[in-house]
Amino acid sequence: MIRTLRIVGQNPLSLLGLILVALVVLAAALAPWISPFPSHNGAVVDFVYANQGPTARNWMGTDLVGRDILSRILYAYQISLFLSLVVLAIAPPVGTLVGLLAGYMGGWVETILMRIVDVFLSIPPLVLAIAMMGVLEPTLTNAMLAVTVMWWPWYARLVYSLARSEREEGYVLAAEVIGASTAHITFREILPNCLPAIITKMTLDMGFVIIIASSLSFLGLGVQPPTPDLGSMVAEGARYLPDSWWLTVFPGLAILVAVFGFNLLGDGLRDLLGVDE
Amino acid sequence: MTLLTVKNLSKTFDTGRGPIHAVRDVSLSAGEGECLAIVGESGSGKTTFANMLLGLLAATSGEIIFDGKPLQPRRSARDRQAIQLVQQNPLSSLNPKRTIGASVRLVLDTHRIGDRANRWKTVERALEAVGIPGDMRTRAPSSLSGGQRQRVGIARALACHPRLLVLDEPTSALDVLVQARILRLLNQLREDRGLAYIFITHDLAVVRNIADRVAVFQSGKLVELGTTEQIFSYPQDGYTRSLIGAVPVVDENELALRNKLAVTP
Repeated sequence: MIRTLRIVGQNPLSLLGLILVALVVLAAALAPWISPFPSHNGAVVDFVYANQGPTARNWMGTDLVGRDILSRILYAYQISLFLSLVVLAIAPPVGTLVGLLAGYMGGWVETILMRIVDVFLSIPPLVLAIAMMGVLEPTLTNAMLAVTVMWWPWYARLVYSLARSEREEGYVLAAEVIGASTAHITFREILPNCLPAIITKMTLDMGFVIIIASSLSFLGLGVQPPTPDLGSMVAEGARYLPDSWWLTVFPGLAILVAVFGFNLLGDGLRDLLGVDE
Repeated sequence: MTLLTVKNLSKTFDTGRGPIHAVRDVSLSAGEGECLAIVGESGSGKTTFANMLLGLLAATSGEIIFDGKPLQPRRSARDRQAIQLVQQNPLSSLNPKRTIGASVRLVLDTHRIGDRANRWKTVERALEAVGIPGDMRTRAPSSLSGGQRQRVGIARALACHPRLLVLDEPTSALDVLVQARILRLLNQLREDRGLAYIFITHDLAVVRNIADRVAVFQSGKLVELGTTEQIFSYPQDGYTRSLIGAVPVVDENELALRNKLAVTP
């Protein structure tokens, strides 16, 4: 652990990533205590301060109904992180299982599983999510579901190619000669060798899931008002550009900080874990 | 006593560009405690032959009789235990993410050898038998030298008390000094445990030091089979003669010296 931190510390960019991620996570976790107007998280109206630029009272200005944008960004981070974590708790295990079985077993298992994966991959991800949200109710749960459905095939693809090359390694042959079970060979022998790449991809994907979730809410298909969401905040404010720039610029920067942070951290992890892609 | 008899064994791979006859009608046998070397250039069918012995590939035709019973392509655990493999590349044959002890223990767990509680002790004894200190069992393969890794590979193969060991070029990835030590270890283990070896190699110097008999493969066919003495002194087949002739020797004295160095402990 200490060694890990030292190596991360030697790479200034990944250190920056770690700091940004830590800031975002802290901001989300401490939102109820550090946000200047915790109640602005919900349906609050304060027309006296409506649509004001940054002031000493509202550092990032207020929105069209007078809610503090800084407060709403902090709460929006909660939603974004929660959504990413849920997606990344489901999509990678599912994709990994499919990829491992297809990559190790080959034959008809490979053909069937990977054709299903190809079908999912052939549909542009956002389009798939939009189609799903068009059919389903636009709620947070369904947004998570839609993003998960478009996300797992990428893990299947990644793990499949890794498992296929690991299958040729001598240690797999050794386990086969010994007579070890398929479950043992896939999960105990091959999987540990794929984990660094999977963990790296998960870190990188935290940022991408935030972007996709924000895109969905930007289109009005994700989290619904009055719950704060970075994507819908940008969408709302976009109509008032460039005059009321603070409506879009600050939520936009908030997305940038989170995504940038996770990407830098992911790159750092990739170097640290010796994964080549 | 004959331990292994192979009768008319063939393997044909169907590819898009027609069938490839990897092994054609090979018949041979190996006795208990015997070391039979299989030599031939790459692509001569040595590895395909070995894979059929190990039950990794089903033969197209022919049969393999082990200890008096024909072996099925789908092996029972007992049959698997009886024939084990030592691979060429000790770098890849051990899982980099597991300790060497865990790699050896897999054999014990798979075949339920001994009590669970005593298995680590058994692993340590297996490592010690090949010259690796038992307390190194928690080490990762990356912290071992090539020769040490190959010893671990041998310990793993021997952990389930096989009667026949298939050695697929076990020394060709090692440097000369380490090669000699591994060969000495293999010779000693064979003596102590009465193991039979199928020793696949293209290194004829190694063959001279370890094999009782030699089988020469050429494009899937067994072209010559005889005692090591016969094959080296009076090679009958033209291909065998060219193989032996291809050994790069600077002069006869040097070859004699080299062989002497490799066998003396």
